[in-house]
Amino acid sequence: MLLMSALLLGRLFYLQIVNTDYYQVRAENNRINATPIPPNRGLILDSKGHVLAKNYASYVLELMQRDGDDPYKIINRLSDLIAISPQDSERFAKALSASSQFSNVIIRDDLSDEEVALFTSNAYQFPEVQLSAQLYREYPYGEITSHLLGYVRRVSAADLQRLEQKGLRAAYTNSDWIGKRGIEAFYENTLRGQLGLNYVEVDSRGMELRQLERQNPIGGQNVVLTIDIELQRVAYEAFADRNGALIALDPNDGSVFAFISKPGYNPSGFVKGFDTKTWQQIRTSMDRPLVNRVTNGVYPPGSTLKPFLALAGLEENIRNPAWSMWDPGYFSLPGSKKQFRDWKRGGHGQVNLHKAIVESVDTYFYKLADDLGIDTIHQYLARFGFGVKTGIDLPSESEGIAPSRDWKQKRFGVSWYRGDTISVGIGQGYNLVTPLQLAVATAGIANGHSLIQPALVKKTGPTSALPLNISSQHIRVLKKAMEDVMKPGGTAGAAATGAAYTMAGKTGTAQVFSLNGEEYDEINIDENLRDHALFIAYAPADNPTIALAVVVENGGHGGSVAAPIARKVFDEYFKSHK
Amino acid sequence: MGILPRVKTEITKVLDGPLLALILTLFAMSLGVLYSSSQGDVARVIVQAQHFAFALVLMWVVARVPFEYLSRLALPLYLLALVLLILTAVMGEESKGAQRWLDLKFLRIQPSELMKIALPLMLAWYFDRYERVRPITYFVSVLLLLVPVMLILRQPDLGTAILVFASGFFVLFFAGISIRIFVFITTIAVLVMPFAWGLLHAYQQKRILTLLNPSADPLGAGYHTIQSTIAIGSGGFWGKGWMDGTQSQLNFLPEGSTDFIFAVLGEEFGFVGVLLIFLVYAMLIWRGLNIAVQAPSLFARLAAISITMTFFIYAFVNVGMVIGLLPIVGVPLPLMSFGGSSAVTMLLGIGLLMNFRSNRRLVQT
Repeated sequence: MLLMSALLLGRLFYLQIVNTDYYQVRAENNRINATPIPPNRGLILDSKGHVLAKNYASYVLELMQRDGDDPYKIINRLSDLIAISPQDSERFAKALSASSQFSNVIIRDDLSDEEVALFTSNAYQFPEVQLSAQLYREYPYGEITSHLLGYVRRVSAADLQRLEQKGLRAAYTNSDWIGKRGIEAFYENTLRGQLGLNYVEVDSRGMELRQLERQNPIGGQNVVLTIDIELQRVAYEAFADRNGALIALDPNDGSVFAFISKPGYNPSGFVKGFDTKTWQQIRTSMDRPLVNRVTNGVYPPGSTLKPFLALAGLEENIRNPAWSMWDPGYFSLPGSKKQFRDWKRGGHGQVNLHKAIVESVDTYFYKLADDLGIDTIHQYLARFGFGVKTGIDLPSESEGIAPSRDWKQKRFGVSWYRGDTISVGIGQGYNLVTPLQLAVATAGIANGHSLIQPALVKKTGPTSALPLNISSQHIRVLKKAMEDVMKPGGTAGAAATGAAYTMAGKTGTAQVFSLNGEEYDEINIDENLRDHALFIAYAPADNPTIALAVVVENGGHGGSVAAPIARKVFDEYFKSHK
Repeated sequence: MGILPRVKTEITKVLDGPLLALILTLFAMSLGVLYSSSQGDVARVIVQAQHFAFALVLMWVVARVPFEYLSRLALPLYLLALVLLILTAVMGEESKGAQRWLDLKFLRIQPSELMKIALPLMLAWYFDRYERVRPITYFVSVLLLLVPVMLILRQPDLGTAILVFASGFFVLFFAGISIRIFVFITTIAVLVMPFAWGLLHAYQQKRILTLLNPSADPLGAGYHTIQSTIAIGSGGFWGKGWMDGTQSQLNFLPEGSTDFIFAVLGEEFGFVGVLLIFLVYAMLIWRGLNIAVQAPSLFARLAAISITMTFFIYAFVNVGMVIGLLPIVGVPLPLMSFGGSSAVTMLLGIGLLMNFRSNRRLVQT
């Protein structure tokens, strides 16, 4: 008996004296419920203070998921009181299936004052439905900034799982927003802020008894972009009904002025949730509006690659400005009958480096590529940033392809042929670049010394530019040629007519598919099989402050379609930068 | 004789003063904790006070029954309890999956409670009558013990079955059952256990499993144990104060006024409160054992020992389950938990002790 009593007392001693603290904490955890208060998300501004992303309050009806409730019955009853459109129901069903247990699911948002009053007076009938004012994200420029900014979306069960793994789960509530794509995703931690906590005493059924303590949320910080929204708008509109990409940046520090990927999408559709039909349309559209073409669109660079190959030739002493060759309109490897044709039938006659750039002579570059060999070409392309990510402050970016022997072996398991090198000379073949890579490489020529890292938010520390190690004399030769591209007789001469500043550029036309010797019929070919028009440029020619790359999909010629878009951007830019 | 001297005589001659004092102390503590655990529900406290008052009257009656009648009552009482148990098994009303109550139209009773008193009396009477211990005596006594226990197990009511078994077992033990037979029975019991496991109802199996690992099912079967250990542990040395226990006041602790009242005591009065109630129980048991030693006959001695020990087992099992040492079997804390039948059974037993006390052998040798 004494032994049994000792056993009880021992256990009680263990519980009450030894482990008091542990059990007190557990009792407190039972009693105190911490309700998270979401912080205000930081704004996104352009370089001149225009608001690109902001918050607005919306009255929202949410279903509080509990065991045993049939959500659809509740919605049905609610729809007698408040209008719930088919889109709302569809969105609700989707959100419900993606939600985590016991989280709230949105039924309706943007309630009018009348609807708020109507629901409030009938709220007692819907204990499972909660009315609250929530901050929504709004993007005043819509499609124009869609790929740049990305969007925020309600956290899904999958998001929460990912956050859990990163140890960030506690920073989010079950019905919180999270940045997806673009600036919203990349600067999530800056924009987000910190959850506040509301401590409430509850009983065992979760009834709130009294307020204990409140930790206010800390609002997110604003993010100021280097973008100029007016320039962005002008650039977007310059595309008219065409698709493509444009990126304009400061060639000296990499600050991005304009960032266009067209078509865009309506970001508020993501914020509020799409209905299935719209979502299907977006997902299956031939135009692929969800692809950010600036960073993830990969294109054959076409002739825009020529300046970089020319520099390789000069640096390797394989060419000098005076060296010239006769262009019969095609190039053939010794002992081969295959003809690599020039874009101009009959050829350009005697061609030196300057003329080869100004008139974009293919034959010159076929031969140059052959003389350089793929290994040297690869080395120079890599030096200009092709085949590697630029390191821009966005969540996703393609590397493109800077072909090499290794690459081909790995990709196709086949060794490199001499003939493969020839088409690389005019930016066809295996070459694939992103518009962003093109712009950064162009900025390299413009500033003459380094490969800058593009940035949408101005860096406070030192910029991580890589030295190009190209002689300034050779850069000068190239720059002169690119200036003359923009003069009468150059491939983009027309686009520069009447400009109050000087500019330099290079056109490109990228074949979407090989014509196999057929005549290319510009008028009668399917729109989506037409060539892509490319253009790289910088201005002013003597002391560049802006460099850009434009791709117009299925646009045809770089000189006639892409260069005029660049011209409009430059004009707008120099309105405020003399 | 005036009224006051008569009361005095009743208390000193009929009702044992120390026992009465201890019981009233427990009542006071019970009502105090109950008031807190029912969150200031005076009505509930009054109902319990009525239970206690009724039980006290019964105790007084039992204490006054002429001693010679008691042993003669044993057999009829046992038979009555047995018949009622059988009736319960046949036509008892079912609630929460168990068939424990018998509705006699004018009275709802739980015959197993009656058996708690009837069985030790019966066995004590039996051993008193057949003082020469023979194997057949053991066999019959074990039968007398096991039949009601089995009936109660079938209801199913593991907690009461254990207590009834204990009450009978103590009589057998103190009647001089040899250690060898005791070891033999224990061995058999251990061997039978794996088979008995299969006989247990699913919810009983679950409770035992839950005890072994309460956090396996924190919102289900383990919830009681987890919440009661939290309540007691968080009470600390001095407790959170009367009416200030968060576990009990905010309803995290289930059954706070019945089976888990000890957790409320532990939370609000801490280790100090726990020691206090242990002290009161210890004194009560000490007094009971004293009475047994001085009992006028073998019947009285065996009955007194059984009643006292059963009281101890009651407290042990209840506290043990509340602090997570034993499975949850639904045993109330004696003279503390809310409920009439347990109070009545307890005080019937105490009444018997008082009866034995007033008829004790006056000369000790």
